[in-house]
Amino acid sequence: MTKEYELNIGPNHPGIPGNFSLHLELEGDTIVKANGDSGYLHRAFGKLMEHRLYLQNVALIPRICVIEPDINEAVYAMAIEELMGVKIPERAKYIRTIILEAARVNAYLFGLGIFAAATLGLYTLMQWAVGDRDYMIDLFASLTGARIYHMFIWPGGVRRDLPPKFEEDILDWVKFIKDKLPDYDAVFFKNSMFLHRTKGLATITKEEALSMGVTGPNLKATGVAQDVRKDEPYAAYPYLDFEIPTMTEGDAWARTIIRRLELELSLNLIEQAVKKMPKGPVWTKMPNPFKWYVPRGDAYARVESSGGEYGFYFVSDGGAKPYRVYVRGASMPHMYPLAEKLLIGQKLSDAPQILGSLNICPPEIDR
Amino acid sequence: MEKQTKNGSDLKEKVKEFEHGSLISPLSSAKYLFKKPHTLQYPKETKPIPERYRGFHINDLDKCIGCGNCMSICPCEAITMVDVKAFYLVSSKEGTTDTRPQVDYGRCSYCGLCVDICPTGSLKLSKDLIYSSTDADTFVWVPAVEQGREIGFIQSDELTPLVLDKLEMSELEPDVRKKTFEELILGFSKEEAQAEAARCLGCGICMQGCPAHMKNPEYIQAIFDKDFNLSVKYMLEDNALPGICGRICTHKCQDDCVYNYRGDAVQIMWLKRFATDAIKDYSASDPVRLPQTGRKVAIIGAGPSGLSAAYYLSLMGHSATIFEKNKIAGGGLGLGIPMYRLPVYEIDKEVEHIKSLGVDIKLGVEVGKDITFTDIMKNFDAVYIGVGLSYGRAINLKGEDHPDVIQAIDFLRQVKVEGRRDIARKVVVIGGGNVAMDVVRTVKRLQEVRYDDGNTVAQMASLEDWDILPASKEEVEGALAEGVIFNPAWGPKEVRFNESGKIVGLEIKKVKSVFDENGRFNPTFFEDQIKTLEADYVVEAVGQMTNLGFIPEDIAKDLKYTPRRRIFIDDYGETSLVGIFAGGDLVETSLGNAISAIANGHRAAIGIDFYLKGK
Repeated sequence: MTKEYELNIGPNHPGIPGNFSLHLELEGDTIVKANGDSGYLHRAFGKLMEHRLYLQNVALIPRICVIEPDINEAVYAMAIEELMGVKIPERAKYIRTIILEAARVNAYLFGLGIFAAATLGLYTLMQWAVGDRDYMIDLFASLTGARIYHMFIWPGGVRRDLPPKFEEDILDWVKFIKDKLPDYDAVFFKNSMFLHRTKGLATITKEEALSMGVTGPNLKATGVAQDVRKDEPYAAYPYLDFEIPTMTEGDAWARTIIRRLELELSLNLIEQAVKKMPKGPVWTKMPNPFKWYVPRGDAYARVESSGGEYGFYFVSDGGAKPYRVYVRGASMPHMYPLAEKLLIGQKLSDAPQILGSLNICPPEIDR
Repeated sequence: MEKQTKNGSDLKEKVKEFEHGSLISPLSSAKYLFKKPHTLQYPKETKPIPERYRGFHINDLDKCIGCGNCMSICPCEAITMVDVKAFYLVSSKEGTTDTRPQVDYGRCSYCGLCVDICPTGSLKLSKDLIYSSTDADTFVWVPAVEQGREIGFIQSDELTPLVLDKLEMSELEPDVRKKTFEELILGFSKEEAQAEAARCLGCGICMQGCPAHMKNPEYIQAIFDKDFNLSVKYMLEDNALPGICGRICTHKCQDDCVYNYRGDAVQIMWLKRFATDAIKDYSASDPVRLPQTGRKVAIIGAGPSGLSAAYYLSLMGHSATIFEKNKIAGGGLGLGIPMYRLPVYEIDKEVEHIKSLGVDIKLGVEVGKDITFTDIMKNFDAVYIGVGLSYGRAINLKGEDHPDVIQAIDFLRQVKVEGRRDIARKVVVIGGGNVAMDVVRTVKRLQEVRYDDGNTVAQMASLEDWDILPASKEEVEGALAEGVIFNPAWGPKEVRFNESGKIVGLEIKKVKSVFDENGRFNPTFFEDQIKTLEADYVVEAVGQMTNLGFIPEDIAKDLKYTPRRRIFIDDYGETSLVGIFAGGDLVETSLGNAISAIANGHRAAIGIDFYLKGK
């Protein structure tokens, strides 16, 4: 006779991808009920934004998520540009694309590294990926002046033009990562241990995924080629040639392999963008920050982040500060209800892999 | 479509590669045992720090003016402006404060918005972000230029949140305006005013320069918010004649505007003019109306200071009566300033507003002649003297008593009030100040209207050379564009006549220096360098003086004067005689312009209110 019991994992636990916790009910080591318990990272960004001038928010918003901060800057800028009817210069679009794709690569390197190390015990990939990511962080520092929180994309374009030699440097880095990919594959993506632990685990169907609002790699792994970069192209994506990778398995393995393919796609996109980038201005003049009124109205701006669709719903009452901002974090539907549902019937020892394969980013849930 | 299939099949191939795992392949990682590690042996090995690195601040404390815009933009409220006098000698020049930014690095997010917004460019970020101490309180300091701290992130002139360029004010073309007395500045449209107001950072440094300390940031914000009544209300709090000042003010505020360091100053004066023009009736904008006190105050002189005192006294509930010897109100504004700068209807509008509060303006009543000063003392609770400098000052020039040599103030009055339209073909104006500019530009207009053959000359002779010319830059440029000839650094010697006693020219001599080594006015000349300007009419515009003869001797003997022969007053405008206040150009705090007269009229009104309450 098996005994039923309750177990809390997290908020600080190696098997949990970040600061949130899970309240599990188990029968033996089978999960019968899972309740997510987030809120440890709630900082009320939407509310904080209401109290800051439009320019001041540029310094606040990247902090929503440390893994991929640049998406916040981009959606914030896009929402304001839409409300104000501002067109940004072509070169700024390309610079934004390069930043966003480099940030995506960084997010994947970091995320996959953590996934491999913290949930499967394959620490080598993490050591490599985090080290390789740091070279891009150095490039970000030379471009923007800061390593992680760049505060570089602002409404109207970007804050500065590229520094000298930046194009060469980033192409060198892309080549460097591309050369490393076979090594990554050898230690992780083609490692039997990874395959054994993830194949057929926590499968989602296309219908389930669509009904729950799942986006990004988690949705692409079920066979739906949905991607904001294609569906509602922003920045310089309309000018770039690329296909969205999809798979049909819908399990933890497919979700991880999709990330591996996306990583390669992003590297290709950076190469394309650097080569196609035109010369010219990088910023459309914006009003004096102390008298920067955004016309009354609302706008929803979205980008494809490493986790999926990431957006800001933005309401302006015509004043000098946002009236209301709602942040759509891609991880929100991946946790509630998706992860809670997927965990039921699974073994406790598989819970970290399931959560890790969904690439849940708790700061996006809490905001 | 074909391409898509191809990509699709590529993808399938690719995925297939991952479908089979291997237990051997991970062992290939062993080759990394022989590779160079990522890590550096700090501090022996260091990474190069990028040019744009955003580290601790560097602030050039001499260049910094303490405007506080960095504090206002800081998203983290990390910057506070602190008084640094205790440890740093700050220059106390106008348009600066004694404060400098202090940064709490526990709050700073190193975003660099403070650097982008800095109007002087004194603030930069460094390449240094290493600090350690056991005392957390030491993580707050006033950044300065420090040895060994390299410059990182700096501001850019193209990518700046500041709007550096002003909106050009449209004005009549020189060829058109020199033939007419129409107002030459056309004024902002609503959109233009909005755009110019949108440039203001709201730091308020400009308020220092204004003698009346008008609330410029507030009224500019109100213009930006399209609330013109509120805007005029902010103006009326410190200035009873905002519409007039919006046209003729010396706008010291604009000289102090922080935009001067990197671009063009916000055109505060034109914005003021726009807002007052947008409001036909100021009655909704009076800042306060206190109940009637029944006290009576006599004001001598309806110039800017007298009108200002009357306005504020009536707001405070006192009844004010103004005695004005001329037939029109406005003093120097009404009599002297030409119509192309200040139209009569604008003076009427503001005088009517002051009258509408119950101020009784008795025009054509000269104190000392039509009514005695003693009577006024008897019948009123307090007296304010604001008679100004209404008489021209002669320079003892040889031949000056000829009828074709005239004082500027008389000439301007004849043209503006008495409708004089005759003018000689060749006119020389002596002087280099703004009044001289008014005269010579008026002469130019009269000549253009009267003679259409173009055979006319209007020229100036001033002691001061170009670099120290007292007239404002706009006036000089305007006059040059209209064809006025300047003779800077030439002093008048004597007026030349022909046999029939008609003026034929003005002999002038080259100036050696205008001021002596102590900076006092004491001109010296090269007596041998002489030339003659052809002229048949000469106007002297070298200053004015007052006449306080209306005050009876027994009272006047107790009146104290300052060393510069101005009436001595205390901080609230009271003279050495109890109950008698003075202001305007008569007192030392006046800078000889309308706004300082308005300011000390306001000041005296507060003093009179104090005095009446204590009586």
